[in-house]
Amino acid sequence: MLKIKDLHANVEGKEILRGINLEVNAGEVHAIMGPNGSGKSTLASVIAGNETYEVTAGDIFLNGENIEDLSPEERAHNGVFLSFQYPVEIPGVSVTNFMKTAINESRKAKGLEDMPAKDMLKLIRDKSELLEIDRKFLSRSLNEGFSGGEKKRNEIFQMAMLEPKLAILDETDSGLDIDALRIVANGVNKLKSKDNAVVVITHYQRLLEYIVPDFVHVLYNGKIVKSGTKELAMELEEKGYDWIKQEAAV
Amino acid sequence: MAYTEEELKKELETKEYEYGFYTDIESDTFPIGLSEEIVIAISKKKNEPQWMTDWRIEAYRVWEKMEEPDWANVHYEKPDFQAISYYSAPKKADPNKKLEDVDPELLEMYKKLGISVDEQKKLQNVAVDIVVDSVSVATTFKKTLAEKGIIFMPISEAIQEHPELVRKYMGSIVPTTDNFYAALNSAVFTDGSFCYIPKGVRCPMELSTYFRINQAGTGQFERTLLVADEGSYVSYLEGCTAPSRDENQLHAAVVELIAMDDAEIKYSTVQNWFPGNKEGKGGVYNFVTKRALCEKNAKVSWTQVETGSAVTWKYPSCILKGDNSIGEFYSIAVTNNYQQADTGTKMIHLGKNTRSTIISKGISAGKSQNSYRGLVQVSSRADNARNFSQCDSLLMGNECGAHTFPYIEVKNKSAMVEHEATTSKIGEEQIFYCNQRGIDTEKAIALIVNGFSKEVLNKLPMEFAVEAQKLLEISLEGSVG
Ligand SMILES: Nc1ncnc2c1ncn2[C@@H]1O[C@H](COP(=O)(O)OP(=O)(O)OP(=O)(O)O)[C@@H](O)[C@H]1O
Ligand SMILES: [Mg+2]
Repeated sequence: MLKIKDLHANVEGKEILRGINLEVNAGEVHAIMGPNGSGKSTLASVIAGNETYEVTAGDIFLNGENIEDLSPEERAHNGVFLSFQYPVEIPGVSVTNFMKTAINESRKAKGLEDMPAKDMLKLIRDKSELLEIDRKFLSRSLNEGFSGGEKKRNEIFQMAMLEPKLAILDETDSGLDIDALRIVANGVNKLKSKDNAVVVITHYQRLLEYIVPDFVHVLYNGKIVKSGTKELAMELEEKGYDWIKQEAAV
Repeated sequence: MAYTEEELKKELETKEYEYGFYTDIESDTFPIGLSEEIVIAISKKKNEPQWMTDWRIEAYRVWEKMEEPDWANVHYEKPDFQAISYYSAPKKADPNKKLEDVDPELLEMYKKLGISVDEQKKLQNVAVDIVVDSVSVATTFKKTLAEKGIIFMPISEAIQEHPELVRKYMGSIVPTTDNFYAALNSAVFTDGSFCYIPKGVRCPMELSTYFRINQAGTGQFERTLLVADEGSYVSYLEGCTAPSRDENQLHAAVVELIAMDDAEIKYSTVQNWFPGNKEGKGGVYNFVTKRALCEKNAKVSWTQVETGSAVTWKYPSCILKGDNSIGEFYSIAVTNNYQQADTGTKMIHLGKNTRSTIISKGISAGKSQNSYRGLVQVSSRADNARNFSQCDSLLMGNECGAHTFPYIEVKNKSAMVEHEATTSKIGEEQIFYCNQRGIDTEKAIALIVNGFSKEVLNKLPMEFAVEAQKLLEISLEGSVG
């Protein structure tokens, strides 16, 4: 599904990603952990095509196709979804209207007609139930005045609506209370299938108890310095990153 | 407020256009230049009674002595008033012209606005072979209005058929001496609309000046007079979203509204005159005087979406004369490329317990300049007057400008006047967020702009709002990249 080869990326002339290699297959869940500022969000942004970051070397393949020349929206149309660490506010645009636009734009790109209002209504109803979202919420301006946890839950609601092939969840767990974490994780699990893949970026083992990863990677200083299975996450929780940093230093 | 299935549906659906009438127009053109003779000739041409001719002459004499104002924050080459023809009927359909001859860019715009091929032909003076259904619609429509005693007709007809009403009210709100452009309009106006709603009548439908297909030919010097008698209600739509490439560079309209005791008038405008090209060449100068008088307990709401014209100078105002009267102004002004807009309102509080609300949304892109200019005036006897003003500016790029000039004059201690202003920029992060959800940049901007303008769009009648939304989108096309 996703294959990243020796990826280097800069922002404002500073190298943030320094040779990332990663392969994610359909049906898999990967967790990416690592200290603050190590480049996790940058990696997510680069995969999604954010032009703030300049790719200086390496390639990203999505389903075997090099996506270098694809715009962010084309990548989205190809099934890439990013749950943002810091979702932005769009005043005056309701969650419903935003989702309607997103879905219909993706359909348009595929040569499909707009989704009939009836189907849209049903989809909204189903997915908001799945994530236990109050309907009132859907008429509010996107992310405006949402609490931290509400923003994150809303990101996963959007993911549920768009049914991506590759979902990257950037610290979706931070800000969620214990119940919300369970609901959101449950939502993600329901959407999981053998045809799609999930990459979760997190600092905490807790989320991984719900969304169980097949692989865990540690990103440090712009590189994946260690990969393992879910036991690695437990080890990190216990020991912190110092030993990894030391290992990486030698 | 609970979010019901109904509301959700409403948000997902679109609606059709409303009714109106259109005028038959004679075809001949006067020589260029303006003089007392020309003014008299216009009046003659229209078979006007002597009082009307005299009124025009008086206006002309006033205008002659006036100077073109230059206090607005706009810069343009002053028109040569002797180089304009003051009676030029619009072109008749050219039998040899085909739709294929029309600028493809313009046709593309029509398509986006959902304008039918027949309408496109009309807009471009291409002969239409099928008779558009609108005439019969208009006839039924007129009958419904007549049953209620509502008068709705071109002002030139009203001068003939209802001289007592026209004579009584025309110029009573915007006198011929009011300002340079109003005086000019009074002298040379060719047509416009007249509307009278009798006592206690609620006009059963949205009134619109013209079918949009006719809008292409509407005059440079339009005159509108709307009288809502005691306890009546009317919602009136002016203008059209279809882009009009009028060759007349100068437009100076006058609109007068009279809301008698307990009456309510909603006046909505969408203005999309040719803004000039990307280099700032050409485009319409739009200098409009719009004013409403509110008697006791009356209410007037001005709602406007201004996307066109190279230069806009426009301040729809309310004179809150009667106690407890209410004035509202909701405005969206979009400027792109080299457009300049100086627009806002005046709320003149004369009566007790008068209230006014001003919501202005300015959107600037390209190298344009967008100014809000508003006056809130509370007279000494206007006890407990209330005003709330909110002016928000949205900037796209670094080369455009947004300016706010709020003037407040309060002569009564019990008045409460509030003013809020914000300026924001469309952020790259917002755009990337939308992109990531599959929405391209152009559409993302449209979405953000629509969100920004929502409070005002919501004030428009539904079918107008949908078109206005599309229009905002089109007006800002190519503003990033
Ligand atoms: N737009 C930007 N401009 C300047 N520096 C940036 C930008 N984006 C990221 N960086 C820098 O790149 C580095 C990696 O940032 P990134 O957000 O990818 O870290 P992270 O691993 O997601 O951290 P956290 O765990 O705190 O979310 C940081 O030093 C950050 O300051
Ligand atoms: Mg991060």
